[in-house]
Amino acid sequence: MTRKRRRLYFIALGLFGLFAGTGLVLSAFQDNLVFFFSPTEMAAKKPSTGQRIRIGGLVENGSVNKNGETVTFTVTDMTSSLPVRYTGLLPDLFKEGTGVVVEGHLGTDGVFAASEVLAKHDENYMPKEVADALKKSGRWQETAAKAKTIAPTAP
Amino acid sequence: MHKYANPTVFMGLANGILPWAGMAMALLFFAGLPMALIVSPADYQQGEAARIMYVHVPAAWMGLMIYGVMAAGSAGFLIWRHPMANLIARASAPLGAMFTAVCLVTGMLWGKPMWGAYWVWDARLTSMLILLFLYVGYLALADAFEDSERGDKAAAVLALVGSVNLPIIHFSVTWWNTLHQPSILTMNGFTVNAAMLWPLFLMVGAFMTYYVCILVLRLRIEILNAKIRNARRARAAEPAVNGATQQA
Repeated sequence: MTRKRRRLYFIALGLFGLFAGTGLVLSAFQDNLVFFFSPTEMAAKKPSTGQRIRIGGLVENGSVNKNGETVTFTVTDMTSSLPVRYTGLLPDLFKEGTGVVVEGHLGTDGVFAASEVLAKHDENYMPKEVADALKKSGRWQETAAKAKTIAPTAP
Repeated sequence: MHKYANPTVFMGLANGILPWAGMAMALLFFAGLPMALIVSPADYQQGEAARIMYVHVPAAWMGLMIYGVMAAGSAGFLIWRHPMANLIARASAPLGAMFTAVCLVTGMLWGKPMWGAYWVWDARLTSMLILLFLYVGYLALADAFEDSERGDKAAAVLALVGSVNLPIIHFSVTWWNTLHQPSILTMNGFTVNAAMLWPLFLMVGAFMTYYVCILVLRLRIEILNAKIRNARRARAAEPAVNGATQQA
Protein backbone atom coordinates (compact mmCIF):
# COMPACT_ATOMS: atom_id res chain seq x y z
CA MET A 1 0.00 0.00 0.00
CA THR A 2 1.41 3.37 -0.98
CA ARG A 3 1.48 6.20 1.51
CA LYS A 4 -1.13 8.10 -0.50
CA ARG A 5 -3.44 5.10 -0.35
CA ARG A 6 -2.89 4.77 3.37
CA ARG A 7 -3.66 8.46 3.96
CA LEU A 8 -6.80 8.17 1.79
CA TYR A 9 -8.13 5.19 3.80
CA PHE A 10 -7.17 6.80 7.08
CA ILE A 11 -9.05 10.01 6.28
CA ALA A 12 -12.05 8.20 4.75
CA LEU A 13 -12.33 5.99 7.84
CA GLY A 14 -11.93 8.97 10.15
CA LEU A 15 -14.65 10.93 8.38
CA PHE A 16 -16.96 7.91 8.36
CA GLY A 17 -16.52 7.52 12.13
CA LEU A 18 -17.04 11.24 12.67
CA PHE A 19 -20.25 11.36 10.61
CA ALA A 20 -21.63 8.19 12.21
CA GLY A 21 -20.78 9.41 15.72
CA THR A 22 -22.31 12.82 15.12
CA GLY A 23 -25.44 11.16 13.72
CA LEU A 24 -25.79 9.03 16.87
CA VAL A 25 -25.27 12.00 19.18
CA LEU A 26 -27.79 14.13 17.30
CA SER A 27 -30.45 11.43 17.32
CA ALA A 28 -29.89 10.91 21.04
CA PHE A 29 -30.41 14.60 21.74
CA GLN A 30 -33.47 14.96 19.49
CA ASP A 31 -35.57 16.44 22.30
CA ASN A 32 -32.99 19.15 23.01
CA LEU A 33 -32.51 20.07 19.37
CA VAL A 34 -36.09 20.85 18.45
CA PHE A 35 -37.02 24.51 18.81
CA PHE A 36 -40.57 23.63 19.81
CA PHE A 37 -42.89 20.69 20.40
CA SER A 38 -46.11 20.06 18.53
CA PRO A 39 -49.30 19.88 20.66
CA THR A 40 -49.30 16.07 20.28
CA GLU A 41 -45.72 15.78 21.50
CA MET A 42 -46.49 18.08 24.42
CA ALA A 43 -49.51 15.99 25.42
CA ALA A 44 -47.25 12.92 25.51
CA LYS A 45 -44.59 14.66 27.61
CA LYS A 46 -47.01 16.13 30.16
CA PRO A 47 -44.89 19.12 31.24
CA SER A 48 -45.53 20.38 34.76
CA THR A 49 -47.51 23.62 34.95
CA GLY A 50 -45.16 26.56 35.11
CA GLN A 51 -42.38 24.84 33.12
CA ARG A 52 -41.30 27.08 30.24
CA ILE A 53 -41.66 25.43 26.84
CA ARG A 54 -42.32 26.32 23.21
CA ILE A 55 -45.25 24.91 21.26
CA GLY A 56 -45.67 25.25 17.52
CA GLY A 57 -48.20 24.40 14.84
CA LEU A 58 -50.94 26.03 12.81
CA VAL A 59 -53.31 28.68 14.15
CA GLU A 60 -56.62 26.83 13.90
CA ASN A 61 -59.12 28.35 11.51
CA GLY A 62 -61.85 30.32 13.30
CA SER A 63 -60.13 30.06 16.69
CA VAL A 64 -58.70 33.60 17.02
CA ASN A 65 -60.58 35.69 19.54
CA LYS A 66 -59.44 39.22 20.35
CA ASN A 67 -60.48 40.91 23.57
CA GLY A 68 -58.69 44.24 23.89
CA GLU A 69 -54.96 43.50 24.13
CA THR A 70 -55.52 39.86 25.00
CA VAL A 71 -55.95 37.30 22.26
CA THR A 72 -56.88 33.64 22.52
CA PHE A 73 -56.39 31.08 19.78
CA THR A 74 -55.78 27.38 19.26
CA VAL A 75 -52.50 25.84 18.04
CA THR A 76 -53.01 22.56 16.20
CA ASP A 77 -50.95 19.90 14.43
CA MET A 78 -54.18 18.38 13.05
CA THR A 79 -53.97 15.52 15.58
CA SER A 80 -54.27 17.42 18.84
CA SER A 81 -54.62 21.08 19.66
CA LEU A 82 -53.87 23.45 22.49
CA PRO A 83 -55.70 26.62 23.56
CA VAL A 84 -53.38 29.62 24.00
CA ARG A 85 -53.80 32.98 25.72
CA TYR A 86 -51.47 35.90 24.94
CA THR A 87 -51.36 39.59 25.81
CA GLY A 88 -49.28 41.84 23.60
CA LEU A 89 -48.39 42.66 20.02
CA LEU A 90 -48.67 39.90 17.43
CA PRO A 91 -46.28 39.58 14.48
CA ASP A 92 -47.66 40.79 11.13
CA LEU A 93 -47.74 37.30 9.64
CA PHE A 94 -49.91 35.94 12.48
CA LYS A 95 -53.06 34.67 10.77
CA GLU A 96 -55.50 31.78 10.97
CA GLY A 97 -54.23 28.76 9.06
CA THR A 98 -50.55 29.81 9.20
CA GLY A 99 -47.64 28.64 11.33
CA VAL A 100 -46.97 29.96 14.82
CA VAL A 101 -44.56 29.24 17.68
CA VAL A 102 -45.57 30.27 21.20
CA GLU A 103 -43.32 30.37 24.26
CA GLY A 104 -44.71 30.22 27.77
CA HIS A 105 -46.12 27.70 30.23
CA LEU A 106 -49.17 25.54 30.66
CA GLY A 107 -51.59 27.10 33.14
CA THR A 108 -53.55 25.19 35.76
CA ASP A 109 -56.71 25.79 33.71
CA GLY A 110 -55.22 23.85 30.77
CA VAL A 111 -54.74 27.04 28.75
CA PHE A 112 -51.21 27.78 27.56
CA ALA A 113 -50.11 31.21 28.80
CA ALA A 114 -47.83 32.60 26.10
CA SER A 115 -45.28 35.31 26.83
CA GLU A 116 -43.98 35.40 23.26
CA VAL A 117 -45.60 34.67 19.90
CA LEU A 118 -43.46 34.16 16.78
CA ALA A 119 -44.79 33.62 13.26
CA LYS A 120 -43.45 30.73 11.18
CA HIS A 121 -44.09 31.20 7.47
CA ASP A 122 -43.89 28.31 5.02
CA GLU A 123 -41.52 27.76 2.09
CA ASN A 124 -43.97 28.72 -0.67
CA TYR A 125 -43.26 31.93 -2.56
CA MET A 126 -45.63 33.24 -5.23
CA PRO A 127 -47.30 36.46 -6.39
CA LYS A 128 -50.67 37.27 -4.82
CA GLU A 129 -52.53 36.61 -8.09
CA VAL A 130 -51.15 33.07 -8.29
CA ALA A 131 -52.11 32.40 -4.67
CA ASP A 132 -55.64 33.69 -5.32
CA ALA A 133 -55.98 31.58 -8.47
CA LEU A 134 -54.80 28.46 -6.61
CA LYS A 135 -57.32 29.06 -3.83
CA LYS A 136 -60.09 29.60 -6.39
CA SER A 137 -59.30 26.40 -8.29
CA GLY A 138 -59.14 24.45 -5.02
CA ARG A 139 -55.52 23.45 -5.47
CA TRP A 140 -54.33 25.25 -2.34
CA GLN A 141 -52.10 23.21 -0.03
CA GLU A 142 -54.07 20.96 2.30
CA THR A 143 -53.98 22.10 5.91
CA ALA A 144 -52.75 18.70 7.11
CA ALA A 145 -49.80 18.75 4.69
CA LYS A 146 -49.02 22.29 5.74
CA ALA A 147 -49.05 21.35 9.43
CA LYS A 148 -46.44 18.68 8.59
CA THR A 149 -44.05 21.23 7.05
CA ILE A 150 -44.47 23.58 10.03
CA ALA A 151 -43.67 20.87 12.60
CA PRO A 152 -41.86 18.01 10.78
CA THR A 153 -41.36 15.94 13.94
CA ALA A 154 -45.07 15.85 14.73
CA PRO A 155 -46.45 12.29 14.43
CA MET B 1 -4.84 16.53 -11.86
CA HIS B 2 -1.09 16.35 -11.28
CA LYS B 3 -0.43 18.69 -14.19
CA TYR B 4 -2.28 21.40 -12.26
CA ALA B 5 -0.13 20.92 -9.17
CA ASN B 6 2.28 23.29 -10.90
CA PRO B 7 1.23 26.82 -9.91
CA THR B 8 2.31 28.30 -13.25
CA VAL B 9 0.23 25.83 -15.25
CA PHE B 10 -2.73 26.26 -12.89
CA MET B 11 -2.59 30.04 -12.91
CA GLY B 12 -2.37 30.00 -16.71
CA LEU B 13 -5.77 28.32 -16.70
CA ALA B 14 -7.15 30.50 -13.88
CA ASN B 15 -6.01 33.73 -15.53
CA GLY B 16 -7.65 32.60 -18.76
CA ILE B 17 -10.98 32.07 -16.94
CA LEU B 18 -10.85 35.39 -15.08
CA PRO B 19 -12.00 37.82 -17.86
CA TRP B 20 -14.87 35.52 -18.84
CA ALA B 21 -15.97 35.07 -15.25
CA GLY B 22 -15.73 38.83 -14.77
CA MET B 23 -17.92 39.53 -17.78
CA ALA B 24 -20.45 36.90 -16.74
CA MET B 25 -20.54 38.40 -13.24
CA ALA B 26 -21.18 41.90 -14.59
CA LEU B 27 -23.99 40.65 -16.85
CA LEU B 28 -25.58 38.54 -14.12
CA PHE B 29 -25.56 41.39 -11.57
CA PHE B 30 -26.78 43.83 -14.24
CA ALA B 31 -29.73 41.56 -15.08
CA GLY B 32 -30.28 39.98 -11.66
CA LEU B 33 -30.41 43.04 -9.39
CA PRO B 34 -33.22 44.93 -11.21
CA MET B 35 -35.07 41.65 -11.80
CA ALA B 36 -34.87 40.77 -8.11
CA LEU B 37 -35.43 44.19 -6.56
CA ILE B 38 -37.91 45.78 -9.02
CA VAL B 39 -39.37 43.51 -11.73
CA SER B 40 -40.14 40.36 -9.72
CA PRO B 41 -43.54 40.31 -7.99
CA ALA B 42 -44.02 40.77 -4.23
CA ASP B 43 -44.79 37.61 -2.26
CA TYR B 44 -48.41 36.78 -1.37
CA GLN B 45 -47.72 36.41 2.35
CA GLN B 46 -44.49 38.34 3.03
CA GLY B 47 -44.99 41.20 0.55
CA GLU B 48 -41.95 43.25 -0.42
CA ALA B 49 -39.90 41.92 2.52
CA ALA B 50 -39.49 38.61 0.65
CA ARG B 51 -36.99 40.38 -1.62
CA ILE B 52 -34.31 39.85 1.06
CA MET B 53 -34.42 36.26 -0.26
CA TYR B 54 -32.49 37.32 -3.39
CA VAL B 55 -29.45 38.11 -1.26
CA HIS B 56 -30.01 35.79 1.71
CA VAL B 57 -30.48 32.53 -0.21
CA PRO B 58 -27.53 32.90 -2.65
CA ALA B 59 -25.32 33.95 0.26
CA ALA B 60 -26.37 30.87 2.25
CA TRP B 61 -25.77 28.53 -0.69
CA MET B 62 -22.37 30.08 -1.35
CA GLY B 63 -21.44 29.75 2.33
CA LEU B 64 -22.17 26.01 2.14
CA MET B 65 -20.69 25.47 -1.33
CA ILE B 66 -17.43 27.25 -0.52
CA TYR B 67 -17.06 25.18 2.64
CA GLY B 68 -17.46 22.10 0.43
CA VAL B 69 -14.71 23.42 -1.85
CA MET B 70 -12.53 24.11 1.19
CA ALA B 71 -13.07 20.60 2.62
CA ALA B 72 -12.38 18.97 -0.77
CA GLY B 73 -9.24 21.08 -1.21
CA SER B 74 -8.09 20.14 2.28
CA ALA B 75 -8.62 16.45 1.53
CA GLY B 76 -6.63 16.83 -1.71
CA PHE B 77 -3.85 18.47 0.26
CA LEU B 78 -3.77 15.96 3.13
CA ILE B 79 -4.02 12.84 0.94
CA TRP B 80 -2.21 13.76 -2.28
CA ARG B 81 -0.17 16.72 -0.96
CA HIS B 82 -1.60 18.72 -3.88
CA PRO B 83 -0.24 22.26 -3.28
CA MET B 84 -2.86 24.05 -5.36
CA ALA B 85 -5.69 22.25 -3.53
CA ASN B 86 -4.35 23.75 -0.30
CA LEU B 87 -4.03 27.21 -1.81
CA ILE B 88 -7.61 27.04 -3.16
CA ALA B 89 -8.86 26.07 0.31
CA ARG B 90 -6.92 28.91 1.95
CA ALA B 91 -7.99 31.48 -0.63
CA SER B 92 -11.64 30.39 -0.35
CA ALA B 93 -11.94 30.64 3.43
CA PRO B 94 -12.38 34.44 3.77
CA LEU B 95 -14.91 34.43 0.93
CA GLY B 96 -16.93 31.67 2.56
CA ALA B 97 -16.82 33.50 5.87
CA MET B 98 -18.05 36.68 4.19
CA PHE B 99 -20.99 34.94 2.45
CA THR B 100 -21.95 33.18 5.68
CA ALA B 101 -21.86 36.48 7.56
CA VAL B 102 -24.00 38.12 4.86
CA CYS B 103 -26.45 35.24 5.16
CA LEU B 104 -26.68 35.61 8.94
CA VAL B 105 -27.05 39.41 8.88
CA THR B 106 -29.68 39.47 6.11
CA GLY B 107 -31.45 36.63 7.90
CA MET B 108 -31.65 38.68 11.11
CA LEU B 109 -32.97 41.71 9.24
CA TRP B 110 -35.56 39.44 7.62
CA GLY B 111 -36.49 37.62 10.81
CA LYS B 112 -37.50 40.67 12.81
CA PRO B 113 -40.34 41.85 10.53
CA MET B 114 -41.52 38.33 9.56
CA TRP B 115 -41.06 36.11 12.62
CA GLY B 116 -40.99 38.82 15.24
CA ALA B 117 -37.39 38.14 16.39
CA TYR B 118 -33.90 38.93 15.08
CA TRP B 119 -32.47 35.72 16.40
CA VAL B 120 -33.64 32.44 17.91
CA TRP B 121 -31.52 29.43 18.84
CA ASP B 122 -33.17 26.97 16.50
CA ALA B 123 -31.21 24.24 14.71
CA ARG B 124 -30.86 26.06 11.37
CA LEU B 125 -29.67 29.38 12.78
CA THR B 126 -27.33 27.75 15.29
CA SER B 127 -25.72 25.39 12.76
CA MET B 128 -25.21 28.31 10.35
CA LEU B 129 -23.53 30.30 13.13
CA ILE B 130 -21.27 27.30 13.78
CA LEU B 131 -20.34 27.38 10.08
CA LEU B 132 -19.17 30.97 10.50
CA PHE B 133 -17.11 29.94 13.56
CA LEU B 134 -15.56 27.09 11.55
CA TYR B 135 -14.48 29.55 8.87
CA VAL B 136 -13.04 31.93 11.46
CA GLY B 137 -11.32 29.01 13.21
CA TYR B 138 -9.83 27.83 9.93
CA LEU B 139 -8.47 31.30 9.16
CA ALA B 140 -6.99 31.67 12.63
CA LEU B 141 -5.48 28.17 12.70
CA ALA B 142 -3.94 28.40 9.21
CA ASP B 143 -1.75 31.32 10.33
CA ALA B 144 -1.22 30.29 13.95
CA PHE B 145 2.06 28.41 13.40
CA GLU B 146 5.57 29.69 12.79
CA ASP B 147 6.00 26.80 10.36
CA SER B 148 3.42 27.50 7.64
CA GLU B 149 3.14 23.84 6.65
CA ARG B 150 1.99 22.85 10.15
CA GLY B 151 -0.64 25.58 9.95
CA ASP B 152 -1.77 24.26 6.57
CA LYS B 153 -2.16 20.74 7.95
CA ALA B 154 -3.93 21.74 11.15
CA ALA B 155 -6.35 23.96 9.25
CA ALA B 156 -7.00 21.24 6.65
CA VAL B 157 -7.90 18.76 9.41
CA LEU B 158 -10.27 21.33 10.94
CA ALA B 159 -11.90 21.91 7.52
CA LEU B 160 -12.49 18.17 7.09
CA VAL B 161 -13.85 17.68 10.61
CA GLY B 162 -16.16 20.69 10.17
CA SER B 163 -17.66 19.22 7.01
CA VAL B 164 -19.92 17.17 9.28
CA ASN B 165 -21.82 20.42 9.79
CA LEU B 166 -22.85 20.72 6.11
CA PRO B 167 -25.54 17.98 6.06
CA ILE B 168 -26.67 19.17 9.50
CA ILE B 169 -27.31 22.68 8.15
CA HIS B 170 -29.15 21.37 5.10
CA PHE B 171 -31.36 18.87 6.91
CA SER B 172 -31.82 20.86 10.15
CA VAL B 173 -35.21 22.11 8.96
CA THR B 174 -36.51 18.59 8.24
CA TRP B 175 -34.92 16.67 11.12
CA TRP B 176 -36.05 19.09 13.79
CA ASN B 177 -38.78 21.64 14.40
CA THR B 178 -37.30 25.03 13.63
CA LEU B 179 -38.59 28.58 13.35
CA HIS B 180 -36.75 28.84 10.04
CA GLN B 181 -38.88 27.79 7.07
CA PRO B 182 -38.29 24.41 5.36
CA SER B 183 -36.01 24.26 2.30
CA ILE B 184 -37.34 25.71 -0.96
CA LEU B 185 -35.80 22.69 -2.72
CA THR B 186 -38.13 19.70 -2.27
CA MET B 187 -38.61 16.31 -3.96
CA ASN B 188 -41.09 17.98 -6.33
CA GLY B 189 -38.75 20.81 -7.32
CA PHE B 190 -38.58 24.35 -6.03
CA THR B 191 -41.44 25.81 -3.99
CA VAL B 192 -40.79 29.28 -5.44
CA ASN B 193 -42.93 30.60 -8.29
CA ALA B 194 -41.08 30.90 -11.63
CA ALA B 195 -41.42 34.71 -11.64
CA MET B 196 -39.34 34.79 -8.44
CA LEU B 197 -37.19 31.73 -9.07
CA TRP B 198 -35.46 33.10 -12.17
CA PRO B 199 -34.28 36.31 -10.50
CA LEU B 200 -33.06 34.10 -7.64
CA PHE B 201 -31.02 31.92 -10.02
CA LEU B 202 -29.55 35.02 -11.70
CA MET B 203 -28.39 36.23 -8.29
CA VAL B 204 -26.96 32.79 -7.46
CA GLY B 205 -25.05 32.92 -10.77
CA ALA B 206 -23.82 36.44 -10.00
CA PHE B 207 -22.58 35.36 -6.54
CA MET B 208 -20.87 32.27 -7.98
CA THR B 209 -19.01 34.17 -10.71
CA TYR B 210 -18.03 36.77 -8.09
CA TYR B 211 -16.54 33.95 -6.03
CA VAL B 212 -14.58 32.64 -9.05
CA CYS B 213 -13.20 36.12 -9.84
CA ILE B 214 -12.10 36.91 -6.30
CA LEU B 215 -10.75 33.39 -5.86
CA VAL B 216 -8.42 33.80 -8.86
CA LEU B 217 -7.22 37.18 -7.55
CA ARG B 218 -6.66 35.72 -4.09
CA LEU B 219 -4.80 32.74 -5.54
CA ARG B 220 -2.35 35.14 -7.18
CA ILE B 221 -1.69 36.66 -3.75
CA GLU B 222 -1.36 33.23 -2.10
CA ILE B 223 1.19 32.15 -4.71
CA LEU B 224 3.19 35.37 -4.28
CA ASN B 225 3.10 34.84 -0.51
CA ALA B 226 4.40 31.30 -0.94
CA LYS B 227 7.22 32.61 -3.16
CA ILE B 228 8.14 35.23 -0.58
CA ARG B 229 8.19 32.59 2.17
CA ASN B 230 10.44 30.35 0.11
CA ALA B 231 12.79 33.22 -0.75
CA ARG B 232 13.02 34.22 2.95
CA ARG B 233 13.78 30.65 3.92
CA ALA B 234 16.50 30.40 1.26
CA ARG B 235 17.97 33.70 2.44
CA ALA B 236 17.92 32.67 6.09
CA ALA B 237 19.91 29.59 5.16
CA GLU B 238 22.52 31.56 3.20
CA PRO B 239 24.60 33.43 5.85
CA ALA B 240 25.27 30.22 7.72
CA VAL B 241 26.81 28.76 4.60
CA ASN B 242 28.86 31.91 4.02
CA GLY B 243 29.96 32.01 7.64
CA ALA B 244 31.08 28.41 7.41
CA THR B 245 33.17 29.09 4.32
CA GLN B 246 34.74 32.21 5.87
CA GLN B 247 35.83 30.32 8.96
CA ALA B 248 37.37 27.64 6.82
